Amino acid sequence: MPLNEPLFRMEGVSKSYGGVRALEDADLDVRAGRIHAILGENGAGKSTLIKIMAGVVAPDQGRMILDGREISFPSPAAANAAGIVCIFQELSLIPDLSVADNIVISNPPRRFGGIDRREQRRIAADALARAGASDIHPLALVKDLSLSRRQLVEIAKALARRPRVLILDEATSALTAADVSNIFVVLKRLRSEGLALLYISHRMHEIAELADDCSVFRNGRKVATYPAGSKTNAEVVELMIGREYKNVFPPKPPPVPADRPPVLECRKLSWSGRLHEISLTVRPGEIVGLGGLDGQGQRELMLALFGVLRGTTGEILIDGKPTSIASPSQAKSDAIGMALIPEDRKTEGLMLPMTVRDNLSFAALERISRHGVIDGAREQAMIEDMVRALAIRSAGVDIPVGALSGGNQQKVVIAKWLMNRPRIILLNDPTRGIDVGTKQELYVLFRRLTAEGAAILFYSTDYDELIGCCDRVLVLYDGAVKRELVGDEITEHALIASALDIDAAGPAAKAVHS
Amino acid sequence: MSDWRFRLADNRSTLLAVAIFVVMFILYISNHPAGLTANVVQTASNKAVLLAFVAMAQALVVITAGIDLSVGMIFVLTNCLASWLVVGTPLEVGFGVLAVLATGAACGAINGAIVIFGRLQPIVTTIATGAIYFGIALALRPFPGGSVDETLADALTGRVFGLVPASLLVLVAVVAMIWIPYSRSVTGRAAYATGSSEAAAYMSGVPIRRAKFVAYTLSGLLAAIGGLFLTFFTYTGDAAYASGNAYTLFSIAAVVLGGVSLFGGRGSAIGAIFGALAFRTIGDLLFVFDFDPLWQPLFQGLVLLFAVSVGAVALFRVRNRLDWFA
Repeated sequence: MPLNEPLFRMEGVSKSYGGVRALEDADLDVRAGRIHAILGENGAGKSTLIKIMAGVVAPDQGRMILDGREISFPSPAAANAAGIVCIFQELSLIPDLSVADNIVISNPPRRFGGIDRREQRRIAADALARAGASDIHPLALVKDLSLSRRQLVEIAKALARRPRVLILDEATSALTAADVSNIFVVLKRLRSEGLALLYISHRMHEIAELADDCSVFRNGRKVATYPAGSKTNAEVVELMIGREYKNVFPPKPPPVPADRPPVLECRKLSWSGRLHEISLTVRPGEIVGLGGLDGQGQRELMLALFGVLRGTTGEILIDGKPTSIASPSQAKSDAIGMALIPEDRKTEGLMLPMTVRDNLSFAALERISRHGVIDGAREQAMIEDMVRALAIRSAGVDIPVGALSGGNQQKVVIAKWLMNRPRIILLNDPTRGIDVGTKQELYVLFRRLTAEGAAILFYSTDYDELIGCCDRVLVLYDGAVKRELVGDEITEHALIASALDIDAAGPAAKAVHS
Repeated sequence: MSDWRFRLADNRSTLLAVAIFVVMFILYISNHPAGLTANVVQTASNKAVLLAFVAMAQALVVITAGIDLSVGMIFVLTNCLASWLVVGTPLEVGFGVLAVLATGAACGAINGAIVIFGRLQPIVTTIATGAIYFGIALALRPFPGGSVDETLADALTGRVFGLVPASLLVLVAVVAMIWIPYSRSVTGRAAYATGSSEAAAYMSGVPIRRAKFVAYTLSGLLAAIGGLFLTFFTYTGDAAYASGNAYTLFSIAAVVLGGVSLFGGRGSAIGAIFGALAFRTIGDLLFVFDFDPLWQPLFQGLVLLFAVSVGAVALFRVRNRLDWFA
């Protein structure tokens, strides 16, 4: 390992978002001619780290040093100019422009005051070739390309900026296997050309193949840096977990008898290349967790069950009867009785400027109206019940729901659906971004609902929740159920190992129920 | 795939607008009692260029995913201003024309500045500024009147070499001098990028503010060219509220017909021009087929609905219903 000065160095960098520490006192050295892998769970601080490096957010504290000189980036453009280019997980391509337009977008070649299209074409073809994607036509529109191809364009776009430090944030997560191996060849060549590469990935085998150095982040702190290959997968997983486990969960009831008929079942549910033959059952009284890394199809699965996706194949059974669910309004009807607590409460869950009362009533309007007219007294009674049952803290029900705290907003989203007395409740990461106290109340609530006979499908990005709340957990990987964990098998080891699709043989991770 | 197929796909909506217009115009000419004479073409051209300029103005803003509800009022304001200024000696006429164009551009620049720095929605901003511009027009011309240099007016509304309508040549010249350089410039590309995905444009370091500002300013300028031509046709200035509103709404219709996406990022001013020409031809068609002119709004509506439906076909292929609202 050459002990040259690092090309880029971060010292004591911290960043908070509204009281939540996203990154705390982080140090990082990035050297030219090496690939440095960053590992960590969801929410470990990786995204914040690279956003700071790429000039998207400014750090609260700390120094950044490039080539021995202290620097700061007021904008992504400034970071690019300094030679730090980031390929983000959320694509930064402009869908209505051509591939060539996109590749040169930040600094198009000029001639006579206009854009030199011939030169642009040459730069684009060159960059595509460097990215191992010469088969993409420079004149194709980005929106007509598949996700995998777009990601290659994204990489070509980054290379066209002649970076010295290239950050790849889950850059391979959307790629097909063939494109991944192309990209690996490209990345290794860039390394030999003297670029510094920062590689963020959840895929352990990719890191094993590419990385020279690894850094592990946990809870916003860097916990270790080590040469690649010096630790076993099990040790790495240990480093990634390693946090204290607080018992905030209500006790689990005895398992639901296996002969109780499921209220919700799906068989070989597939959709558009994103869901692959998912089969699952949920019985009344059960909380079934969905695990896995973010974006492995959990959200799509819930949308498919809730009738939002078109062109799904496979079967959905309600009370054992095959049912086709074509819309959310059908899903919530009495015959099915389903509710979906959406991922983004601000856009899909609530009408923020409207009152708490209005928001609570939306899903249950049929229930509280007679001949199409809302029965005010009945509405009032049900709303009071809900506010009391969920302990929604609000200065009255006639203020805009946007004025409530995040936790109370989330309670309103849940209460809104409970007004409809659902039998099947789909929870899409319901505790993201809310405080611990409210989380605890929600856990108790979920258990109470199942005790009253509801069936819950619970997706969470927080492994603690899956362990503390769920009777069974299905771990999804790439749109398919990778493993089912039951009862005591639900451990962090097992969850993380199966989420990463590796065999970090923890004692409880042996069983594969499929 | 070879290059031309991509270029074709990229310009499909513009070409569709051209095709719609050509079909309508052939239908019109073949049923016109006089047939294809220089006179018929001149009349058609003079009727259509006004909306064509205003539609171009609208297209520039719509490409950035905005909308300009003041274009019709800038059109009326510059008409009133021209009826004061574009008179006298040739020098005075020349300065008058420049002053009118500068006023239009300034109106557009004000819209742009408010949208960018005030962070107000374009629709609200331009309703308000449109009302202000109309107020100024009314102050200039409380009653229809004024005059314009008739030599210039007749030259620009007549025929060149007795054959080609001068108004059409001016339209072509404006496209060549404003639209083509703009659409090939960095700013023009930035306008498309901003309209297509403002967040991605920001992340790519695209000059979003400059793109919007230039789009609104040029929009005002183009509306002023339209206003000048209105004066050349009518020889007077008239602060006509209904006319301003109609031009604003028709410009949106023309833009949609011309294949410019109201979501931004797609289409071209050339498409908008052909959209305007096609929209104008609807009235002519009704004329040659002896329909009562009272049917005109209804048929305009039908053609517009048809054009919009063609554009909405893609929605049937959406597989995640949430994408309908995205």
